This record gives sequence, C-alpha cells and structure tokens, in this order.
Amino acid sequence: MRIAICVKEVPDPTAVKRIDDSTHRLVRAGENTLNPYDRHAIEAAVQIKEGPAPDTEITVVTVAPASAGRSVDRALAQGGDRSVHVADDAAAGSDLLGTARILAAALKRESFDLILLGQQAADSECYVMAGLVAELLELPCVTQAASIELGAGSVTIKRQVETGYDTVKATLPCVVSVSDAINEPRYPPLPAIMGAKRKPHEVVSLAELGIDAATVGAVGAATVVGGLSKPEGRGDTIVVEDDGTAAAQLLAFLVEKKLVA
Amino acid sequence: MIGIAVLCEVQSGTVTRGSLGVLEEAARLGVALGEPVTAIVCGSAIDDAAMAALGGFGAGTVRVADDALLASGIAQPVVDACASAQDTGGYRYWIAAASIMTADAMAGLAARLGAGLVIDAVELHAEGGSLVTRRSGLGDSVLAHCGFTTPVGVVVTRANAFAATEGNGGSAPVERFTPSFRAWSQAVTLVGHEDAVETGPDISAADVLVAGGRGLGDASGFGTIEELAAAFGGAVAATRAVVDAGWYPYSAQVGQTGKTVTPKLYIACGISGAIQHKVGMQGSGTIVAINKDKNAPIFDYADFGIVGDLHTIVPKLTELVKQRG
Repeated sequence: MRIAICVKEVPDPTAVKRIDDSTHRLVRAGENTLNPYDRHAIEAAVQIKEGPAPDTEITVVTVAPASAGRSVDRALAQGGDRSVHVADDAAAGSDLLGTARILAAALKRESFDLILLGQQAADSECYVMAGLVAELLELPCVTQAASIELGAGSVTIKRQVETGYDTVKATLPCVVSVSDAINEPRYPPLPAIMGAKRKPHEVVSLAELGIDAATVGAVGAATVVGGLSKPEGRGDTIVVEDDGTAAAQLLAFLVEKKLVA
Repeated sequence: MIGIAVLCEVQSGTVTRGSLGVLEEAARLGVALGEPVTAIVCGSAIDDAAMAALGGFGAGTVRVADDALLASGIAQPVVDACASAQDTGGYRYWIAAASIMTADAMAGLAARLGAGLVIDAVELHAEGGSLVTRRSGLGDSVLAHCGFTTPVGVVVTRANAFAATEGNGGSAPVERFTPSFRAWSQAVTLVGHEDAVETGPDISAADVLVAGGRGLGDASGFGTIEELAAAFGGAVAATRAVVDAGWYPYSAQVGQTGKTVTPKLYIACGISGAIQHKVGMQGSGTIVAINKDKNAPIFDYADFGIVGDLHTIVPKLTELVKQRG
C-alpha cells in the first residue's frame, strides 16, 4: 500500500520562541526540528510496513522553506522511503486553510491509500489539519487514533472521545491523525540517518502543483493577525533545579501556602 | 452573509455546557455586531421542545438536523449538516466550543466553504463591525488578534474558555432542516463504544491531586504517584496520553477530554503541559510541576517548578509530607 505522512518542521522546543512584532509570524530563524508528534505517525506507518503490509511505500510530505531539508531527512531516517517537499517563497505566511490547500494539492497528485498526520503541531498546537486536508481531498477522516488495525480496504481505529473510547471503521483511502500514545517512536540508527540523504527527494513549487499563489501564503490568507497582546499571567513561577534539596524546598513552599500542616 | 451560527453539540441527549457557554458569548457578540444568533443542533432523536430552551442562552432561532448519521460522534456528517445550514442560512460566522467532534467538524466546514479558520480562541470581540478573536499562542504567552479576510469566518473556542450560566429561562423557535450527506462523509462508521467507567475516587472533588504523565516512564510509575497522593489524602489524576497508552483509567483523566478539576493543590509529575491538559486544570489553586525537561510548557503556568528526576523527588516529598502528618 501507499502511505503518505504529512510532517511539519517546528522550532526546536529548547529554543526561546517569539513572534515578530511587524509580521505577526513566528520567528523561525533558530534551530528547527521535525514536529515530535509527527514521529508517532511515521512509526505507525513503519509498523504497518513491518507487519501486515510489507510492500508499503512511505512518502513524507511537507510544506516548508527549502532550509527544512534536515527535518525531512529526519523523517526519512525514521522510516520514510521518499519525500515530497513543497518549497516556495509564496507559501510563506500560509494560514491553516492555505497550508491545507498546499498539502491537499501535493497529496492529490498521487494516489495514497492512507494519509497520516501527527495529532498536532508542537509550535502552533494546531490539531485540525487532518480535518481540513480530508475535506479538501473529499476523503473520510479519523482523528486521535490510539490504534490502527489494517483490514481489507479499510482501517479499524480506536480513539478517545469525551464519553470513553469509540471504535470506528473507515474505508481506504482515508486521512488519519494519530494520538501521541499510539506508539513509542524509535530513534533512527546511525546508518538510517546517514542513508536518508540518498533517498529520493522531490522538491516542488506551487506552480508545479497547479496552485494559484493568490489562494495561499500571506497574500491568500483567510485569517489575518491585526495585533498582539499579553494575556494575564498567573504570576511568578519559582523554578528550582534539583540539587537534592528540591523536595524540601517544595515542602517549605507548601507549608508557607498552608497546603501542608 | 448575515448572522452567527453556533454549533451546539449534543451528548447523551443534552447540549454540552461548553456549547451553552459559547452560545451565550456569541449572543453578546451578536448584540455588539448587530447580528442575529442561530443555534445549530445536529443529532438523532432530538427533542425540539428541549432545544427551544437554547433561547434562554441567547439563540434567536434554533435549527435542528435529525439523522442517525449525526449521532455517531463522527465529524464529517456534521460538516455536511453545517454546510446545508449554511446554504440556506448564509451565516457570516460559525462558532463552536472545542471538543473532539466539533473541532474536526469546524475544520471540515472551513475547508468546504473556503472560509478562514481560527482555533483555540479564548476571547471574541466586535471590532470595526467585525469579529476579531483572541487566539492564544506560544504556551499562552501571547494573544494574537485574529480576524478574517473571507466572507465567512469559522471559530473553534478553547474548551472551558466560556463558562455557561443557568440561562434566563427564555425560549426560541425551533425549525428543522434536512442535510444532504456526501459519500465520503459516510465512509467512517462507528463499530464499537466503551463507556468510561468510574473507578477510584472522584478527582473532581479532591482538594489535592497528584497527576502523572508520560514522564513516569511506564504504568508502574503510578505507584510513587499513588503514594504521594495518599500522603496528602488526595487523589491521582492522569493525562490523556497515559490514559490512551493504557497506564491509568480514563476516569482519572484531566484535560479537554476527561475532567476539569479545581483542587487547592495540583502536583503535575512528568507532565509536559500541552494546552489540552492545561484547560482541564488551570483553575487549580496552587500548581506544582516536577519535570526533567526545563523547557516543558508546564513551567510557564506552574507556581512552583522543579527541574529534576521525579523518580527521586516524588518519594522524598512523600516521606517529608508523611513526617509532618
């Protein structure tokens, strides 16, 4: 079968993130990395390939600046066979709908049986990309998959909802976003990391996907950020690094707050 | 485009409290913008008389789509129903309180309509005759003022952002509409459901909660968490990730799915603190975080944070608390 995984490059979680005051966009100048949530989607695909469908081809699809090659390589090292990287300056500043339009166009060029996403992006905490992309592709969609079982022309998925757990069955092709509890992604071994660069990388422009640049990017954005403000904070946080006395320091804090007798 | 449509989610026959809170907020927004507010209810075997009561929460009109396809908790049939409502209603804005189903439904609707989508909105403002949301970002360190350039705008509000009142007892006319369902929206079917079973103490009532996340390493890590909770006379809570992984029962889950808790003391152990967790516990009196990753978002909203190994710190704290007790 053919599996596509939509991945995102995000700022390294250890970097201090900030939003540019004039563009109102996240500053992406620092170290970037593959969205940690996407690693669960790749692992889910690898497990399908290692298990029920050994002839599976795994394609990593991303919309990102040309500089995101390292994150694409990271995804391939974890088990992707090839990548489709939409890199185009006109895609910069795309909002949710714009990004979904580009991903959908890249996915539509090929016939994938299963399109996987992570449950959310670590930077924007956006958790709706699967629903957007599925609708644009006119495909069934299941989000928050805690397990995926491959059947004949279908997948059976267990997912958490407010009232407990649902089991749903979706016909292929379909779009699935996976919970970060679906698996424990393996770290790619060194040879896989070294070999990722040699896997087929396809870099495409918006024009090659037949996308009108006026419908995506900052120009085509359906939402606009007109300003930024500071929310009310909770107040100061005391943070201590444990040197063996942290538990005692915490106890003193709780006693002072009258939370411990 | 005229008016505000609020998708009111029905669970177990009643409209969710989150939906009622958003409906009331939409009504305030509607007054400021001069836009009428319509409640859209999608489900099966809906009691129209009960839905008329949505008038008491600010709906001028209630529109009901009643079909077995709308009762499965699957979002795509609801996308179809909302799109059908939009065909005849021509609404300017769609707003829904975030849930597993509504977030997916609003995303699908935005894609179908080519409408702008804002998620995680925490405030709704009327500015210059238009809706401008406040979208929380970067671990709630910034509010982005998000508006729309498209004729229709779609908003998903953060869970628990708008608390519902008990309503004013008013009622609104209820009308029915018939959705037209697309083929792909019927390609996902519900084949099984396990209800969350209440086990252990009710975490909503506990004064002290000790909560465990993925940082515990595995299910056995809850042993030390239970001991600390016992030392405080409190209860154990868990994140969605560890419940999904089968480490702890659903009834202990705190967050967007799961329970909303407001204990006097909340001790988060090995919890990174994603938004979905935060919305369920940010009303806690004092928040303590123990995590080995100093960049974990939980430290942004904790009162006291410890960067370190919970496997050594938690047992030590348990001993210290016991000594005082």
